[in-house]
Amino acid sequence: MSTANLFSENAEHLRRRHLKGALLAGLAFLAILLAIIVLVTLLIDVFVDGLPWLRPQLFTNFPSRFPEKAGLRSALQGSFWLMILTALMAIPVGIASAVYLEEYAPQTALTRWIEINISNLAGVPSIIYGLLGLGLFVRGLGLGRSLLAGALTMSLLILPIIIVASREALRAVPPSLREAAIALGATPWQVIRDHTLQYAMSGILTGIILAMSRAVGETAPLITIGALTYIAFDLRGPLDIFTVLPIQIFNWVSLPQKEFQRLAAAGIIVLLGFTLLMNALAIFLRNRLRQRW
Amino acid sequence: MTSLIHDLPARKARSTDTFVRGVLFIVSLISILTTIGIVFVLLQETLYFFSEVSLAQFFLDTRWTPLFVSRRFGIWPLVNGTLLVSFIALLVALPLGLLAAIFMSEYASPGVRGWLKPTLEILAGIPTVVYGYFALNFVTPWLQKIFPQTQIFNALSAGLVMGFMILPLVASLSEDAIASVPYSLREAAYSLGATRWETVTQVLIPAAFSGITAAFILAFSRAVGETMIVAIAAGQQPKLTLNVLESIETMTAYIVQVSLGDTPQQSLAFRTIFAVGMMLFLMTLIMNLLSYYIARRVREVYQ
Repeated sequence: MSTANLFSENAEHLRRRHLKGALLAGLAFLAILLAIIVLVTLLIDVFVDGLPWLRPQLFTNFPSRFPEKAGLRSALQGSFWLMILTALMAIPVGIASAVYLEEYAPQTALTRWIEINISNLAGVPSIIYGLLGLGLFVRGLGLGRSLLAGALTMSLLILPIIIVASREALRAVPPSLREAAIALGATPWQVIRDHTLQYAMSGILTGIILAMSRAVGETAPLITIGALTYIAFDLRGPLDIFTVLPIQIFNWVSLPQKEFQRLAAAGIIVLLGFTLLMNALAIFLRNRLRQRW
Repeated sequence: MTSLIHDLPARKARSTDTFVRGVLFIVSLISILTTIGIVFVLLQETLYFFSEVSLAQFFLDTRWTPLFVSRRFGIWPLVNGTLLVSFIALLVALPLGLLAAIFMSEYASPGVRGWLKPTLEILAGIPTVVYGYFALNFVTPWLQKIFPQTQIFNALSAGLVMGFMILPLVASLSEDAIASVPYSLREAAYSLGATRWETVTQVLIPAAFSGITAAFILAFSRAVGETMIVAIAAGQQPKLTLNVLESIETMTAYIVQVSLGDTPQQSLAFRTIFAVGMMLFLMTLIMNLLSYYIARRVREVYQ
């Protein structure tokens, strides 16, 4: 009888353990579901608010005191050219740094220093980069509140992202490929140029797209270097004052009128269009890459 | 003679290699120069600031009013606002992020996981100005319905939304930490009859504890440095309060406020943003380094 009791007690105990497990697993699922619900709610909220304001003049008009007339023309130009300039500066430097650290760098104290430094730079708040840009580019180099000063600041901001992603892509290339090329007498640079970089390219590209998508949405550092919100003329060159999409949105969000809030939502739809498209592209590229390896 | 002909291209390739190596080395120093630049700019302006304002005023005063006629330079109201919003964000992001990580690494099938991970990445990829809009125009009105005394700008709304912004970071880093626990530990737990959840809570999480801690610290650092959500939704009133329904001001929001205003750039009032920036930089630097060393120690343990 005592054995039977023990068995049923055990079975009861086991049932309770499994029940507890299932409950907590359900909780874990709910956590992720909640995150998705928030994402969907955010998207619906923005679309409901902004869709009626998503009209042609939003793209062709300059900002205005009258919400019906206000548009994103100068902001779109600013964002576009900021991206181009930032990409031109950050991509070569980022890939070069990654190649050096991953393929050449000897294991010295300096190398380790550079590595700790990059990992820390990736965690420096973006607004601090704005203060750096203000001190170094706007004042120090005398570039003023120009597009170039903004692009330089943004380049430094996304550099760690590109370096980290490129290093991961390079590391994922099997050493056997390098060894085969070296065994055939190639110099390290020939190995990198003809083989390692070729194989790592889609991984690097994924990192670049994610970094650029981050740069499109960054607001704080550009506010700090003094990008303006009200610009009613076309961008003429890299030394011109400028504004970008998220700053224009921020400006509209800070105005009390309901119409400007809606206009901000319309601007957000445009901004999200860019960033989500870039993110989707990056995810797609990465998945294709994973299947190939 | 023949060996000379053969050597020529090889020698050229070798000198190209040396050249490229040198160029790449110099380029990779830009990241170090960036850090030096940050420290230099912040230090220079902060020293100017402290030549006019004493450290005692900065750390002992309890009011922050550099833009008013009666100027006071006590940093604590801004630190208080920053920490208040950050703690709310962490209360959301840490439990939900860890649970999400557990679900993805231990429960979700590869197919489900293939959908969930990109979804979280989209959540992480949304510009913060968008989260700010959401906090102000969606979350705050709801809070006002539940707690009528809620002010238009308040710490709770910004903190909650910020929590969901950093949730993907917590989830993905924690998942990495859990995934890096050797499979043999799971097998040992299962073979002793542990249920799946017991394996998670009694084996995997303790084993991944350092990695998860590193993720939490990094999330904290991210929350402290986040700017646009608080600039839009948390207000511009620096005060020492724990009331999350009131308008407050964070360090980052203050920097934005002064940058947008018409404060002359050479004035003491403008220099405050560098002193505040220095404080912010040091706080996040300590957290980032801590997180880096903890995460690296784990990697060494399991390799």
